[in-house]
Amino acid sequence: MHFIYTFLLMFGFWIILSGKFDLFHLTLGVISSGLVALLSHDLLFKDRTQKNRLVEVSRFVQYIPWIMGEIVKATLHVVYLALHPRMKDLIDPKIIRFRTKLKSKVGRVAFANSITLTPGTITIRIVDDEYHVHALSRKVADGLPGEMEERLHRVFRED
Amino acid sequence: MIDMLTIILILTGYFFFFATTIGVLRFPDFYARMHAAGKGDILASLLMLTGLALYNLHHFSVNQLLVSLKIMLIVMFIFLASPTATHAILDAGYESGVHPWTKEKKTEDKRE
Repeated sequence: MHFIYTFLLMFGFWIILSGKFDLFHLTLGVISSGLVALLSHDLLFKDRTQKNRLVEVSRFVQYIPWIMGEIVKATLHVVYLALHPRMKDLIDPKIIRFRTKLKSKVGRVAFANSITLTPGTITIRIVDDEYHVHALSRKVADGLPGEMEERLHRVFRED
Repeated sequence: MIDMLTIILILTGYFFFFATTIGVLRFPDFYARMHAAGKGDILASLLMLTGLALYNLHHFSVNQLLVSLKIMLIVMFIFLASPTATHAILDAGYESGVHPWTKEKKTEDKRE
């Protein structure tokens, strides 16, 4: 199963990058992506638990529009602060620590990257389940972990 | 029509790059600067590259579509790599003991 997923991913990538649809190039693509899939199918999908990965991916796709909105908000926030004449009165940075309930590694990485993408917060490091986050103001610091963790928890639906 | 959209997208991206560069210069410390450096990039390059991908579809053909798809793959890569790079730089700073700028220290911290 992992082999097939890896093969399809590699072959799709091959087609996009090569852009040639004659028999010769497609055969080369099948051979090389088959070889890569054979050698590394246990690397790409390391998680051996028997979950339905397609459902997880589709739920993650549903998460993307929300995170795009957050990115727009974050950038506008930074732009507003950067151009504000009295910027130093508005910000009040501090480093906060909190624990997460997400368990899978992919979920934690997604959460860390999402924190970085949302307004006023960036992840500094993760030590086991403890996040160190730098927040630009007290207001955004209080908003963590909050809604985003709930959403990711639903995406990776863990027990 | 597509030209207008492309111009708007690229100019907006340009503005975001410009503003976050000002942010990098104006923010008080390392951590706050990374806020500007890490976030502006993503949206700005997303807008500019989407603009280019759209412009490329002007004369529609399979080859042009493939080039646009490649541009969107670059966007996807930036989307994954930019927060990770921000995170790596921040972690290095945290590790070597950079103290964050806070409001209370504002009066005594005049070294810059």
